[in-house]
Amino acid sequence: MPEDYLPILIYFLIAVGFALAGIATSHLLSFLFVRRRAAKDKLIPYESGMLPQGPARRRFHVQFYLVAVLFILFDIEIVFLFPWAVVFRELQILGLIEMGLFILVLFLGLIYVWKKGALEWE
Amino acid sequence: MEAFFWVVAIPATVSAVGVVMMRDTVYSALLLVVHLLAVAVLFVLLNAQLIAAVQVVVYAGAIMVLFLFVIMMLGLGRGEGVKEKLPLQRPVALLFGGAMAILLGVVMSQTTIQPVAGALTPGDVLAMGGNTQVVGRLLFSDYLLAFEVTSILLLVAIIGAVVLAKRRL
Repeated sequence: MPEDYLPILIYFLIAVGFALAGIATSHLLSFLFVRRRAAKDKLIPYESGMLPQGPARRRFHVQFYLVAVLFILFDIEIVFLFPWAVVFRELQILGLIEMGLFILVLFLGLIYVWKKGALEWE
Repeated sequence: MEAFFWVVAIPATVSAVGVVMMRDTVYSALLLVVHLLAVAVLFVLLNAQLIAAVQVVVYAGAIMVLFLFVIMMLGLGRGEGVKEKLPLQRPVALLFGGAMAILLGVVMSQTTIQPVAGALTPGDVLAMGGNTQVVGRLLFSDYLLAFEVTSILLLVAIIGAVVLAKRRL
């Protein structure tokens, strides 16, 4: 029933409220107490430490993409485990065989990925 | 419940519009997360709790990671790389989009949409243990073949991803 999800809604509202309250309080306090005086050092990203080199938006390597795709595919495998796990006892040995076949096919995929060295960094 | 639908549906639509309006592709991706989460809430309102959870885990989680990697990989920053090659693209899109909206509006005003009753009412599902349990029972009996074929589909996708994205096989 959708009503059962009320705690999650309340949790969400508290999370959003907490973030907004933090930002608002910070702005309010700085508005009330901070003397605004321009200074060059205030505008650098880190007060102490290394200055950032180059833009933050740089091209990612294609290998990250391969890892992300493989993550999605095995994530979908995991999703099928949830409805199986809740009725696992009812399905008895047949359910184990059914899921075993499913996992086996994807395990072949994992072996393929492993053997091809797709998880290694080149 | 009815009112809460609008509380979710309006942010879902606004964020979906935002996805295509933003010049910065990373902002588009973040708005898409908002949209997908709103759709997950709509699934909860439809008593499809498992689909809602899957929506969050797979779409808002894994697929968004993939989208962000693609954005980063192509190096699409703030609106660069989005040079419109077709000069009439926007007016034509407005024309056909508007025509489609009018068509849909006319159809919706002329017809009444009846909900299609499924085999199980929400009460039945609750009596049978819950949404996930019912899906599990059906998936491992009536829809077993589709389930097992899914594993083959995923295997093909795994091999495809490795073949396409791996430099040296």
